[in-house]
Amino acid sequence: MKPVEIAKGIYWVGVVDWNIRDFHGYSTHLGSTYNAFLIMDEKITLVDTVKKEFTDKLLENIGQIVDPEKIDYVISNHTEMDHSGGLPWVMKRIGEDKPVFCSKMGHKNLSMHFNQKFNYNPVEDGGKLSLGKRNLSFLETRMLHWPDSMFTYVNEDRILFSSDAFGQHYASAERFDDQLKENILPHAKKYFANILLLYSPLILKLVERLSAMNLAPAMICPDHGIIFREDPAKIVNAYVEWSRQAPKRKAVVVYDSMWHSTEKMAYAIVDSLAQAGVEVVPMHLRKWDRSDIITEVIDAGAVIIGSPTLNNGLFPTLSDFLTYMKGLKPRSKIAAAFGSYGWSGEAVGLINQAFEEMKFNVLFPGLKLQYVPDTEGINACRDLAEKIAQKLPGKD
Amino acid sequence: MHKEDKTMSKYECTVCGYVYNPEEGDPDNGIDPGTAFEDLPDSWVCPVCGATKDQFEKV
Repeated sequence: MKPVEIAKGIYWVGVVDWNIRDFHGYSTHLGSTYNAFLIMDEKITLVDTVKKEFTDKLLENIGQIVDPEKIDYVISNHTEMDHSGGLPWVMKRIGEDKPVFCSKMGHKNLSMHFNQKFNYNPVEDGGKLSLGKRNLSFLETRMLHWPDSMFTYVNEDRILFSSDAFGQHYASAERFDDQLKENILPHAKKYFANILLLYSPLILKLVERLSAMNLAPAMICPDHGIIFREDPAKIVNAYVEWSRQAPKRKAVVVYDSMWHSTEKMAYAIVDSLAQAGVEVVPMHLRKWDRSDIITEVIDAGAVIIGSPTLNNGLFPTLSDFLTYMKGLKPRSKIAAAFGSYGWSGEAVGLINQAFEEMKFNVLFPGLKLQYVPDTEGINACRDLAEKIAQKLPGKD
Repeated sequence: MHKEDKTMSKYECTVCGYVYNPEEGDPDNGIDPGTAFEDLPDSWVCPVCGATKDQFEKV
């Protein structure tokens, strides 16, 4: 895609990665973008770079506005290689002595990514940089989502370059929220769930801080996906809602099955929850990607997990998912385990153990059924589902 | 080390900036209020980013 002037003299010069489908284990069904921005001022400034293999396209985009050699400053808001991978090639082109502004941790982390010793200029939290007509402010946003993460704010244009925060893996010809309306929020939610959920308490503090600073951006430019200009407050408010993790009358039933017995249990549970007015999503672990499942988990009041017992343990897909979910630290969940087994039946106990480690509220001992569920077994599943439904918040 | 020094010192995580305050402890992870940083078990990690104790510096 060609560069887009997002405000007078400020350009999106990023790239669209139409075909990426697996972003370090996160399913990107619709691709992604790596956003970079060029500020034309007395000091010409590039904000972030792109994944290494897209550097030629980035330089080509810059070249449509100005000779890249004329760039005076580079700002690195985040060290992760989808934003810094192109840095050595950009520096080679623009001049390796040009200043690179980054956070203190950015300096440390960039130094551990690249052998070259660039002219790093670590900035303080709240630090400022004049570009001529415009003045930038830097905000340290450590652990949102790496230790090096920071935001860059253009005071005069009220544009916030927010690094990975508020991003979405979404490849499109459109660049702005007003072109996509509500369609973008599910992608922003998925991004939040998979990248930022574990830092929810820090997000709430950050939003308070932005408010205390009276920082009201007219435009929020994340490093992935589309730019929020029609209603930037909407994505900030959505982040607050997702970070609070208020449980809804919703359950996610995550399971795997070998001979459809655990699946029969899952369907009986789903059926009864639905009858009790619970929004419910059954998610088979070999039909759904872990990143889609966790997106459903964030606002669910109940997480119900089923596994057959295989070789005296969990079915392997369950280990994958439980590890992933534990790391993302979802909160305020009631939880229950279920599963069919042949002769030993360890899986339900192992799921309960994982729930305890995740500080989930395990209200029921879990339901184990031997071999194929009979009518009595199915009724036990229904009974469990009804009890869970009673513990969930009421309908909105 | 004087006891007062030991119990009053805050320590900051050099990775993420979290500050351990001994007056508050880390109750979510089983550390009672009033626990000196020096008395935290070696297995304790930063509740925000997971960094180990040796990555903390006295404030």
